[in-house]
Amino acid sequence: MQKVYDNADAALEGLLFDGMFIAAGGFGLCGIPELLIDAIVKAGTKDLTIASNNCGVDGFGLGKLLDTKQIKKMLSSYVGENAEFMRQYLSGELELEFNPQGTLAERMRAGGAGIPGFYTKTGVGTVVAEGKELKEFDGETYVLERGIVADISIVKAWKADDTGNLVFRKTARNFNPPAAMCGKVCIAEVEEIVPRGSLDPDHIHLPGIFVHRLIQGEHEKRIEQRTVRKREEQSGAAAGEEV
Amino acid sequence: MPWDRNQMAARAAQELEDGMYVNLGIGIPTLVANYVGDKDITLQSENGMLGMGPFPYEGEEDPDLINAGKQTITELNRTSYFDSATSFGMIRGGKIAAAILGAMEVAENGDLANWMIPGKLVKGMGGAMDLVAGVGKVIVVMDHQNKAGESKVLKSCTLPLTGAGVVDRIITNLGVLDVVEGGLKIVETADGVTEDEIRAATEATIV
Repeated sequence: MQKVYDNADAALEGLLFDGMFIAAGGFGLCGIPELLIDAIVKAGTKDLTIASNNCGVDGFGLGKLLDTKQIKKMLSSYVGENAEFMRQYLSGELELEFNPQGTLAERMRAGGAGIPGFYTKTGVGTVVAEGKELKEFDGETYVLERGIVADISIVKAWKADDTGNLVFRKTARNFNPPAAMCGKVCIAEVEEIVPRGSLDPDHIHLPGIFVHRLIQGEHEKRIEQRTVRKREEQSGAAAGEEV
Repeated sequence: MPWDRNQMAARAAQELEDGMYVNLGIGIPTLVANYVGDKDITLQSENGMLGMGPFPYEGEEDPDLINAGKQTITELNRTSYFDSATSFGMIRGGKIAAAILGAMEVAENGDLANWMIPGKLVKGMGGAMDLVAGVGKVIVVMDHQNKAGESKVLKSCTLPLTGAGVVDRIITNLGVLDVVEGGLKIVETADGVTEDEIRAATEATIV
């Protein structure tokens, strides 16, 4: 079992093809697989369908794949402030399947857990439920959503051992575990690969069985909204000023 | 005088009770955290955190620690982190007592629209559809009218819905309204605002 690769290009070798389906971890720019995204930009793989909560920002993260027009379709919950994402969608260049955030996460988790579909209250009575099976349970209406199985998943973790056991850091965990689970092949990039035995088995967030290839690298970890408070302010105030 | 953003947030904070787990949306709802006072409230951030703390001091921003609005934040001694599937498990599963959200439109039957304007503005629903479907109480905080002076409190929503019949209470710059049988009920008016002024600014049926 050799999971560790030298770099992102090597870790993706033999896996990329035009028209493929990729699940990506990350929320905004937090916990995104920067290195693997850059390698896919470099590989020039086209007509990608990507399941990811967001699509990076203009010029960073998955936003780079929008700039190069490599994405055919996105499954996302939030376009937000990504101007190129909105432009390509409104002009019809990009297909976009809006998924409620929790539905997207559960579709990934379910797909990875061998569950082809599940019923949820989320989206009932909205466009999200249009054309989907509705079913009543205990007097409430639920909509059938399908599990996602992607050709590959690309995720970012904080630490790994060489068997692919992953540990995430703070809110950079987000979509990474469910995205990792739903890929037929999962490639993880981490900040540090540590020797086997140095991670506490009770503190593993994602068992290595879900991770097939692994790289270590340097991450820019760009901050999308830098918000701070002044030192003299009392702690306990949760909202300060955006800078 | 109608309430300003901070006064609306302060009024919304009165809805929260000791021991509640609460999710605050982006915009004015975020400000609610400034007004919870001594109440023991745990804030959930749907990107995977319970026990959201204040913004960091300058120089202590951590790119791995953000809220659902992608703002840098801090942790507290009660904080826990989890993945997105678990996060929405607690939302859908009804463990979150209340969500305070912004809105583009609210209707008298409790319909909520806050995620897109077809052909113009595409924001996405983010976690809002899951929140309104799953949490105990949905409180909307928004201006009563849009910039053109048109009511945002309508007989029925014109924009694509975030949820059907999901809103419990609406807090606007003019006052507080509850979704009840047959329409909306004025519960409270902002200081110096009359019920007639609220009626005049509201398209929805007021009962």
